[in-house]
Amino acid sequence: MKLWLKYADIMLRSQMQYKTSFILTAIGQFLVSFSVFIGIYFMFARFNNVEGFKFSEVLICFSVLLTSFSIAECFFRGFDTFGGIISNGEFDRIMVRPRNEVLQVLGSRIEFTRIGRFLQAIIVLAYAIPNSGIVWTADKIVTLCLMIIGGTFLFAGLFIIYAGICFFTIEGLEFMNIFTDGGKEFGKYPLSIYGEGILKFFTFIIPLALIQYYPLLYLLGRTDNPLYMILPVFGILFILPSYIFWRFGVKHYKSTGS
Amino acid sequence: MKAYFTFFKIRFINGLQYRAAAYAGVATQFAWGFMTILMFSAFYKSNPENFPMTFENLTTYIWLQQSFLALFMAWFFDNEIFDSISSGNVAYELCRPTGLYEMWFVRSLSSRIYRVVLRCSPILIVAAFLPAPYGISLPVDIMAFFLFILSLALGSFLMVSINMLIYASTFYTISPMGIRILSVSIFELFSGAIIPLPFLPDNVHRIFNLLPFASTQNTPFLIYNGYLSGKSVFHALLLQIAWLFTFVLFGKLLFRDALKKVVVQGG
Repeated sequence: MKLWLKYADIMLRSQMQYKTSFILTAIGQFLVSFSVFIGIYFMFARFNNVEGFKFSEVLICFSVLLTSFSIAECFFRGFDTFGGIISNGEFDRIMVRPRNEVLQVLGSRIEFTRIGRFLQAIIVLAYAIPNSGIVWTADKIVTLCLMIIGGTFLFAGLFIIYAGICFFTIEGLEFMNIFTDGGKEFGKYPLSIYGEGILKFFTFIIPLALIQYYPLLYLLGRTDNPLYMILPVFGILFILPSYIFWRFGVKHYKSTGS
Repeated sequence: MKAYFTFFKIRFINGLQYRAAAYAGVATQFAWGFMTILMFSAFYKSNPENFPMTFENLTTYIWLQQSFLALFMAWFFDNEIFDSISSGNVAYELCRPTGLYEMWFVRSLSSRIYRVVLRCSPILIVAAFLPAPYGISLPVDIMAFFLFILSLALGSFLMVSINMLIYASTFYTISPMGIRILSVSIFELFSGAIIPLPFLPDNVHRIFNLLPFASTQNTPFLIYNGYLSGKSVFHALLLQIAWLFTFVLFGKLLFRDALKKVVVQGG
């Protein structure tokens, strides 16, 4: 943990070297997700509701997902450039150091500019919470927190899998983007609107619906089943198979030799 | 002129090497397009009378957008150009007897085009065989098809000419990240990459239409699916030409100014 803080400190200082660029990037991150928000707003201005979900209800969904994505991205994006780490032989150096390799990969890149996106998510969340018409009892607050935590771990898991695949393919697989960036992009609406098949896929294979659609139903009072409330916990557990996959990849690691 | 064409050819052939990456990209874009269509279909089911175009028009738009993504993706920049500016290698480029603006223009254009050449046909072919409301339909008539091609060309030129401004700005700021991401966010919203522009509220739509961003991808796709027809096609084309002219002129002026003061950072 101390080592990680050290990494974070170095990263922060190096990113602060280009202050204007840092601020512009953070603003840009903010605006990118803001334009997505505007997109949702305009869609609802025209259509009013989608499959029975109102604007403010979708906003809860959107902001929870964006919050967890931006947290996960800030700390776990090191895995995103992992293809590069493998192909330039950097990973050999990581392996010989007497520290956990996950920690070192994490430390290789920490994106503080994601603060822009995080801020956006928090603002939308702050707007959506009082306006969604939900009565915020203790259990619902717990559900909301679980959703955010579960989402963070889920995306972290996906980033780790993304990196784990690099052990076998050397390069990052663009296709994985459909689950990470795509999950963020399409998860802004409750996953049920995409139809049965997609919902099942995101329930049993990539458990995105567990942190999004089902607990949302509980939040909105459309179901009283307390099971739906604790489903995000399985989202947290998703990190375990991801980590196992990663370990499996490390075992099979062959250096590229450069 | 011949030199630029040769330059285009080199970059183009070079780019065609990366076929495996392109196929992975095709799969991603296909899944992406499919999800987008499902999303719109949910809105369509909830409130069909508020749909600004027919559902077939929309799916056609989405598939065109996915097939020609590489022409219009806002986040795509040639990193070598940024590197050559911040590392000082631009000095070598200046030694060549070719215009810097023209050379980089051709270079950016060719790297966009080879990506499209690799990616668009598989997406278009599969999309053509999808069942009726979900697939891509033929252009409304042969005239619309030719106008679409013309407009597509103008749109991609315009796209590159806007990119050139971003490259030029690197001469002044050294680290391009900030301006890049700002331009991406503006583009995504204003060009109809997030939602097709006709889905915006009418008065917002009218304003967005006049901005240069709408002239990149929105115009050609709407010509293809017949949303724009008759006189409005020609207005849209004229607007595209006017913006293209403005941006090329502005870009060239900016390059000239930047090169007057350029400081090569050693190395």
